[in-house]
Amino acid sequence: MAESTVIKNQLPLYGLMAEFDSPEHLVDGARRAFDAGYRRMDAYSPFPVEGLAEAIGFHHTRVPLIVLIGGILGCVGGFFLQYWVAVIDYPINIGGRPLNSWPSFIPVTFELTILLAALFAFFGVLALNGLPMPYHPVFNVERFELASRNRFFLCIEAADARFDLDATRRFLEETGSLGTYAVEP
Amino acid sequence: MDPKQPEEMPGEGLPLLEPGHTFGSITDKISSIVLTGRTPRFWYVCFGVAFIFVLVLLFCIAAVVSIGVGLFGVMIPVAWGFAIVNFVWWIGIGHAGTLISAILLLLRQKWRQSINRFAEAMTLFAVACAGIFPLIHLGRPWFAYWLFPYPSTMGIQPQFRSPLVWDVFAVSTYFTVSLLFWFLGLIPDLATLRDRARGRVPRFIYGMLAMGWRGSAQHWHRYESAYLLLAGLATPLVVSVHTVVSFDFAVAMVPGWHSTIFPPYFVAGAIYSGFAMVLTIAIPLRRLYGLEDFITLRHLKNMGIVMLATGMIVAYGYLMETFMAWYSGDIFEKYMMMNRMFGPYGWMYWILILFNILIPQLLWFRSLHTNELFLLAVAICVNIGMWLERYVIVVVSLHRDFMPSAWGMYSGTIFDYGVLAGTLGLFVALLFLFIRILPMISIFEMRELVHNEEGQSS
Repeated sequence: MAESTVIKNQLPLYGLMAEFDSPEHLVDGARRAFDAGYRRMDAYSPFPVEGLAEAIGFHHTRVPLIVLIGGILGCVGGFFLQYWVAVIDYPINIGGRPLNSWPSFIPVTFELTILLAALFAFFGVLALNGLPMPYHPVFNVERFELASRNRFFLCIEAADARFDLDATRRFLEETGSLGTYAVEP
Repeated sequence: MDPKQPEEMPGEGLPLLEPGHTFGSITDKISSIVLTGRTPRFWYVCFGVAFIFVLVLLFCIAAVVSIGVGLFGVMIPVAWGFAIVNFVWWIGIGHAGTLISAILLLLRQKWRQSINRFAEAMTLFAVACAGIFPLIHLGRPWFAYWLFPYPSTMGIQPQFRSPLVWDVFAVSTYFTVSLLFWFLGLIPDLATLRDRARGRVPRFIYGMLAMGWRGSAQHWHRYESAYLLLAGLATPLVVSVHTVVSFDFAVAMVPGWHSTIFPPYFVAGAIYSGFAMVLTIAIPLRRLYGLEDFITLRHLKNMGIVMLATGMIVAYGYLMETFMAWYSGDIFEKYMMMNRMFGPYGWMYWILILFNILIPQLLWFRSLHTNELFLLAVAICVNIGMWLERYVIVVVSLHRDFMPSAWGMYSGTIFDYGVLAGTLGLFVALLFLFIRILPMISIFEMRELVHNEEGQSS
């Protein structure tokens, strides 16, 4: 039931996109594309699908490291902010307690650790994902609006070394997709 | 359920999601509530009534700011009145959202998925309401920024040994992290709304908010990692917030405040009142919007059980306070407890015991777990009971402390009640605005749920 779109012009394409009806078919298709030697590709799904990122050869993410850095910055920075305020900038004797009464500084140190780690997590994931990105070629495929509803897509980019318009199209059609579409740049 | 967990999960037997739903039907049903051109009539009624109270709130705040905090009932010895009672009450209500979205996520409780979004929104609005009180209680709210450390020309700095400064950091961090967590969860659903909206304006607005989300596998991979980490960060945070709020009391030496049981007892009370508020909102909403398929009796039952469990911890807190008052042998502690039970405000104590401890014991009856009206009634009782608990802790402890010559009585003025009613109105108004313009149930997590349920049946 592969319904191919006729490619009207010969402008360099962004890639070819195949549509699937279930996450299992998508993972299967992605794995076959990876085995066939394709590397520059991405899969699109309306919810996170287990094993999909691994199927297209994407294993590691730097998000945890970024969050760790944020947490350490918040912790160290938060403590020394209070130290600087209480000992250096505004030393004041409260009931004879030491200026560096560090146990009282723990709650704010803790809160700032969480705050910085959370800010790094949020903005880190946006930055790594390259968002906000108002324009992207995949949105040129009309059926792609179903990628946020109930359809699953696999896109092999023309920039891939093994990309060949006819061969890749035949390959995608054989993966059991519902349709294959050309992605305008 | 996960096959690796053979033990019975709470609410086993009742469905998490009514059968027959697909990825498409879930998407259409939840997004149509937002994208419909016709706003239901009950929305106008509820929002309209709530908005009247928002106006009351604005009037009261304007009066208090322009005339002064003398309009409130606070005086010596009761210098912390309604404002602090309401602050603690609202912050407590705000705890359920993060608990549901973060702790239940880490515990892999799948039943959280249809209630987490609006519980998180509820958290944000409750914390926003809570934040109003300390601000206007300052008397000169335009100097609120003095609470933050910055190199000012006055050459002074905040006092980091004071729990009140810790409170500023705890509450503002909590609000920020809850907002990030909520918005991160919304991004894929905003993309769904962008793709489903037919008008140019909604498509543009949702498109801007979705920031070009396209559901890429690499993006989802990082997203899930970040979401899990945020949940892991929010979990200790949610426990810390009411702990720090309880330090405001526990670090002081007033009998009835100076107690090491306060942090755990406040956190349990916060979760208790938060779940009560989620039930108070969820039960009417699922009926009004016909969401019985998604927010099933199993969700209501599980929330009832959480309420019972946290209610028992709160009961233990009350018991220990009473026991320690006797066991300490301290005459001021003993007098505080006698005064709390049989003094001029004694009736409040007994109503709070009735609402917080006795009535929720009915939740032991299995047959009542799925009775919506009963759950709603219990939830409202707990909301009132928890407000009274804070009143008893704040006002009744202060009004008779060490020296009888310094005793006094306290009652709220019309402005105290006006601000309380106004924040309730603000809360409901924000909630209805949220329901109208954003999906109140997480669509992508419901799709995951459909996928998992399918995987089990086949």
